[in-house]
Amino acid sequence: MELPAHIIRQASQKNLSEFIQFIAEAAETVGFSEERLNEIKIAVEEALVNIFNYAYPEETGEAIVACRIEHDRQFVIEIIDEGEPFDFESIETPDVEADISDRQIGGLGILLIKELMDSVDYRRESGRNILQLVVKRP
Amino acid sequence: MDIDTEKKGNAVVIRIKGKVDADTAPSLQECFTNQIAQNEKKIVVNLEGLDYISSAGLRVVLAAAKNLKALHGELLFVGLKGSVEKVFKISGFYSAFKIFDTEETALAQL
Repeated sequence: MELPAHIIRQASQKNLSEFIQFIAEAAETVGFSEERLNEIKIAVEEALVNIFNYAYPEETGEAIVACRIEHDRQFVIEIIDEGEPFDFESIETPDVEADISDRQIGGLGILLIKELMDSVDYRRESGRNILQLVVKRP
Repeated sequence: MDIDTEKKGNAVVIRIKGKVDADTAPSLQECFTNQIAQNEKKIVVNLEGLDYISSAGLRVVLAAAKNLKALHGELLFVGLKGSVEKVFKISGFYSAFKIFDTEETALAQL
């Protein structure tokens, strides 16, 4: 099965739909259900919006979304930037049981990535943040 | 994303279709802001036609809920399904909000 390898664009909100379209088209060829496809798109959106907002506080840089099939049984997505180190595990999980008045606005993006994907791995390598999302094939 | 609003008695129904993502969430926020500015305090949000919501959308929903709560208003939800229902469950919105199967049952609560 042939998959488009990657897309590189400026890490900017204006490119969000193009990034998402790239991953949606690749995931569609893998045969995910529409519901699973939406979950993949949500997770990738959350990761990208984080990069848009926090990776490049001064000069803007690029973001890369790449994907591949691994061992014939999982769809692997990598979201890469060359911005500030981002410790994925250090992000505090919001209290999802709090009453509406006490809930913090925000902080749900990382939680959605972790819960919607089958596995998530972050690493810092050669000055790059690499977030790997793994989705089991249908 | 398409939004349609309809006044029903002392409440207003907001029907959201398509996709609420980081690009479209500001329009949803504008819709809530307008309704609240028009003194609408009981809002039923129908998500039957919605198949995608990211944290940008959840943020707007939570902000609207907080504003309404401060005004002693209410925000109810109808028609959650698929990935939208899953996202509501993960984020705790499923238990934080009142959720109904149909607009009629939601409106009957107000």
